[in-house]
Amino acid sequence: MSKLESILDTFPVDRIRLDFPILASKVHGKPLVYLDNAASAQKPWPVIDAVRNYYTAQHSNVHRGVHYLSELATQKYEEARVKVQKFLNAGSEREIVFVRGATEAINLVAATYGKIKIKPGDEVLITEIEHHSNIVPWQILCEEKGANLRVAPIDENGEVILDEFNRLLSGKTKIAAIGHISNALGTVNPVKQMIEMAHRKNIPVLVDGAQAVPHIRVDVRDLDADFYVFSSHKVFGPTGIGILYGKSQLLESMPPYQSGGDMIKSVVFEKTIFNDIPHKFEAGTPHIEGAVGLGAAVDYVNSLDWKCVQEYEQALLQFAEEEITAIDGLKIIGTAKEKAGVISFVMEGIHPHDIGTILDREGVAIRTGHHCAQPAMKRFGISATARASFAFYNSREEVQSLLHSIQKVKEIFVHV
Amino acid sequence: MSDLKALYQEVILDHNKNPRNFKKLEDADCSVEGYNPLCGDHYTVFLKMKGDVISEITFVGSGCAISKASASVMSTVLKGKTRAEAEELFEKFHHLVRGEMKDEADIEGLGKLAAFAGVSEFPVRVKCAILPWHTMKNAVDKNNETVSTE
Repeated sequence: MSKLESILDTFPVDRIRLDFPILASKVHGKPLVYLDNAASAQKPWPVIDAVRNYYTAQHSNVHRGVHYLSELATQKYEEARVKVQKFLNAGSEREIVFVRGATEAINLVAATYGKIKIKPGDEVLITEIEHHSNIVPWQILCEEKGANLRVAPIDENGEVILDEFNRLLSGKTKIAAIGHISNALGTVNPVKQMIEMAHRKNIPVLVDGAQAVPHIRVDVRDLDADFYVFSSHKVFGPTGIGILYGKSQLLESMPPYQSGGDMIKSVVFEKTIFNDIPHKFEAGTPHIEGAVGLGAAVDYVNSLDWKCVQEYEQALLQFAEEEITAIDGLKIIGTAKEKAGVISFVMEGIHPHDIGTILDREGVAIRTGHHCAQPAMKRFGISATARASFAFYNSREEVQSLLHSIQKVKEIFVHV
Repeated sequence: MSDLKALYQEVILDHNKNPRNFKKLEDADCSVEGYNPLCGDHYTVFLKMKGDVISEITFVGSGCAISKASASVMSTVLKGKTRAEAEELFEKFHHLVRGEMKDEADIEGLGKLAAFAGVSEFPVRVKCAILPWHTMKNAVDKNNETVSTE
């Protein structure tokens, strides 16, 4: 038995699948094969139970009342913050800001850090492979400030050209914003090295970790990231909540994002004293059950043996890529040396949208389209791909279902 | 598989692979772009009018099989039709792909367009089928604004 086979055979995927009730469901009469994890991951029982338990036994508003439930809700909310702090290996829970998701986290940094730091003629550096959420907030900021958005190109494999990235880090660059793992192609960027390059020129770096946290263990202090953002729903937690990690001295230097209750120490009509970080950035009643659910997701993820998980995910990806590459007329877009659970592909003469519809009727859920990364698509001269994205709960049998349903696509289209 | 067979009918696969009137019309009276930002379908429809009659209709662009076949079949059906007839077919085609046309005789009366009846079983694909028709309607109305369906 090859090493690949033995990894695929010994990983307890059947047991893990029982933790995710939706995976047992059927669509169009066929067993669900959920391969759209890069869009959003499914939820394990501990997350579902934590949210249910919060509503049935723990709910009130946070940071307010003296009564029992308010204290309990506050405790659960702040416990979740500490869980996330440990999950990212941040130095302090003060560096963990609850936001709606990675998108809001990037917008927050652009609207606060960007507001005070970016001047006319300055530059913001991103890469060609970014998700729209790590392009548009910077584009808007640059327009408002008379600054310039610079873009580090990618090569034909979908890897950022590091020499170009380094060259574009200039005396005018005020921040670099880079994805950790590409949602469209699966490329794992060498962010530690890129951060080092930027820091040599005293440029802070924001890392969009939305696609990284479900696949690898992130250590923000080892990376020395200045900002690190992710969304809960991609790491098996609830939607509508996410995290902005920021080094405390940076967060402290930034003006508030939104204003209202909870983010203030005192208000008189002449002046408001803002609360300390992270509360300064959390105006209004927060998504408490979301935070509780995210805390449960972090606990769940931590309970897994990550050496095995990563080995399995890489084996599953390798197996799927080998099998898919063998299909005539099919081409994988994004062939970086280091990739995480994403296979973006195109088929000759068949539009990705048609592939997606046919796969759906076979129970196979994939994403089709530009994946909110139109510049990356343009780089490859295409407008869309079909994308299968994996999580550790996907099985070898599901990859076979994917292959089988791709054959159906060919049967329908090729006989004409 | 039966739903899929109903969607990807022979006529649709044929027009997708060998689209008719698939060219730019140099002396067009009007051309309008149609764009579906969600899936990236992107077409331009060219019209040449002779009085009230569509004397030439062509298109260029790219997209899924449903949108391309829809544009192609539309171009073959509308040549020689009056403005009013084109708009009537536009309405009928909408009813068809939304599953609102129940009478078999009405559906058969649409000729080749009837091949798109299966689209109604795939709600997210309805917009693919109607994008070329919306684009054509704007061209007939001499409205040069880019059409966008979501």
